[in-house]
Amino acid sequence: MQYMTDRKRAAGAGAAHTGTLQHWFMTVSGIALAVMLPVWLYLFGAAIGGTRDQVVAAFANPFTAILTALVLVVSMRHFAKGSAVMVEDYAHGTARKAGLIFVSSLAAVIATTGLYALIRIAL
Amino acid sequence: MAKATAVSKRVDRPLSPHLQIYRIQMTSVSSILTRITGHALMAGVILGVWWLLAAAVSDPYFAVANAVMMSWFGKLVMTGSLWAVWYHYLAGLRHVLFDARLGLEIKTAEMLGWVCILGSVVLTVLTIVIV
Repeated sequence: MQYMTDRKRAAGAGAAHTGTLQHWFMTVSGIALAVMLPVWLYLFGAAIGGTRDQVVAAFANPFTAILTALVLVVSMRHFAKGSAVMVEDYAHGTARKAGLIFVSSLAAVIATTGLYALIRIAL
Repeated sequence: MAKATAVSKRVDRPLSPHLQIYRIQMTSVSSILTRITGHALMAGVILGVWWLLAAAVSDPYFAVANAVMMSWFGKLVMTGSLWAVWYHYLAGLRHVLFDARLGLEIKTAEMLGWVCILGSVVLTVLTIVIV
């Protein structure tokens, strides 16, 4: 049983039904990525061009492994939510539903594949 | 009947600005580029994750993925992604500024657009030089 009035439940939700949650999520994840990316870009860039042993050694480093995992998860959630807005802008009806499912799934598949590779390398 | 009315009425209506004659602005272009770079980045992410997966799995698999990564195509994708990530980075920071009600004057906003475009090129070159 909910004691909140209908008005209270609707307040702040707006036409999007979720208020400013999406925007706030993009701000939070964006700032997190802004902090992590300069260091991660350097580590990732330095690993490119190495032999397999060198690449595995680079990503087996705990700092590199944890940072890469964080960048993967946060950036894929950032992509899924940002891309969902584009789908909502341009597609309607069934195409919108299919698009939303697609971008969310794509982000999940990429993040999980990357995490699997990282775990296999680092552990 | 209703259809005929709609057609005759359409002739009288003023046309909205047409895309071909619409003067593009720095503010709109830099905003559209944010969306394009954000999505185009997926090419670099997919190549990078595939390459990492190959490194985790086996020598022959890594040989294939690394050959793609080190080919002109892989280098093109990675260099393009590097520029895209820096552009998206600067444009994202600009959004944080806008959210704080800063830089919303038209002159400042247009200047910030140029900062994103030129800054991303400078940062891309710097990254390539450093890494």
